[in-house]
Amino acid sequence: MLSDKEQLRYARHLLVEHIAEAGQVKLKQAKVVIVGVGGLGCPAALYLTAAGVGELTLIEHDKIELSNLQRQILYKTNHLKRSKVEVAQQQLGATNPEIKINAINQSVFNSNFTSLIQNADVVLDCTDNFKTRYFINQACVDNKVPLVTAAAIAGNGQLMAFNLRDENSPCYACLFPEPEPNEESQAGLNCATAGVISPLLGVMGSLQALETMKLILGQTKSAGKLTSFDAWQLSFSQIGLRKAKSCKCCN
Amino acid sequence: MIRVLFFAQLKEQLGCEQLDFPSAGIGNLADLKAALTAQGEQWQPLTQTNLMMAINQEMADLEDSVADRDEVAFFPPVTGG
Ligand SMILES: [Zn+2]
Repeated sequence: MLSDKEQLRYARHLLVEHIAEAGQVKLKQAKVVIVGVGGLGCPAALYLTAAGVGELTLIEHDKIELSNLQRQILYKTNHLKRSKVEVAQQQLGATNPEIKINAINQSVFNSNFTSLIQNADVVLDCTDNFKTRYFINQACVDNKVPLVTAAAIAGNGQLMAFNLRDENSPCYACLFPEPEPNEESQAGLNCATAGVISPLLGVMGSLQALETMKLILGQTKSAGKLTSFDAWQLSFSQIGLRKAKSCKCCN
Repeated sequence: MIRVLFFAQLKEQLGCEQLDFPSAGIGNLADLKAALTAQGEQWQPLTQTNLMMAINQEMADLEDSVADRDEVAFFPPVTGG
């Protein structure tokens, strides 16, 4: 059920055929975990908050630096040196006081991650390194929690939604198997070394929020696909994914 | 001809977004990858182990067959967020 205030707040959702009151109630009852509240996590969290997802858990242990402000749009110049999750919690709370926001000021490895995601409807991977990506993917596979993962570097973005409640769903490691410890690392590039054009993170983070809402609403058609975005060409391309028999993560 | 597309940082590393490659002698993706990398030093980025490949917009393995007029795409993992 929605209160009168919620009816007003979400009025433009209630008019959308694929959402309506039943969908808005699903969003209200949903629990979503966002790992990383940086360039992707800021827009994703803002949209999920405004859209009325009932409970958001934010995991992030960094502090706000001047070089973050070019793209991490929850943080303002007067927030420098403060903890990202605490400022994010405060800013998102001002956006929508109807929802619950949990701030976990820890690295994902020290966050008791399994207990945080066990009852979640969707996990968003908004992190910036492969080690964390494989860790999150494995935990989501093990706990059968849908995962929406995105990445952006320079002018290129990637987005994937995995409906891991479905046993036939591919996982992140099906596409990109984790390199063996003795293999040369290919993981040299991140935003700190290669840079990134600011609104690309808004595009990819917003797409993550969109895919998350669709999974909550039961719209799973676009799950199991890789969407690539080229900012300079302004072009999207999509590839159908499949579970890899050789995947060590999900078999 | 096989239409070959490169995505994300591969485009910049190879200095090439797409090309048409002769299909003669190419049976599967492994053959195509070998023929591409044999073109010279600048094609070495294709030898990295965790590239995702697709044939006609569907994820594929090295053993999958490639035919004339297929579209093959190479995707490196992207991180950064
Ligand atoms: Zn897998």
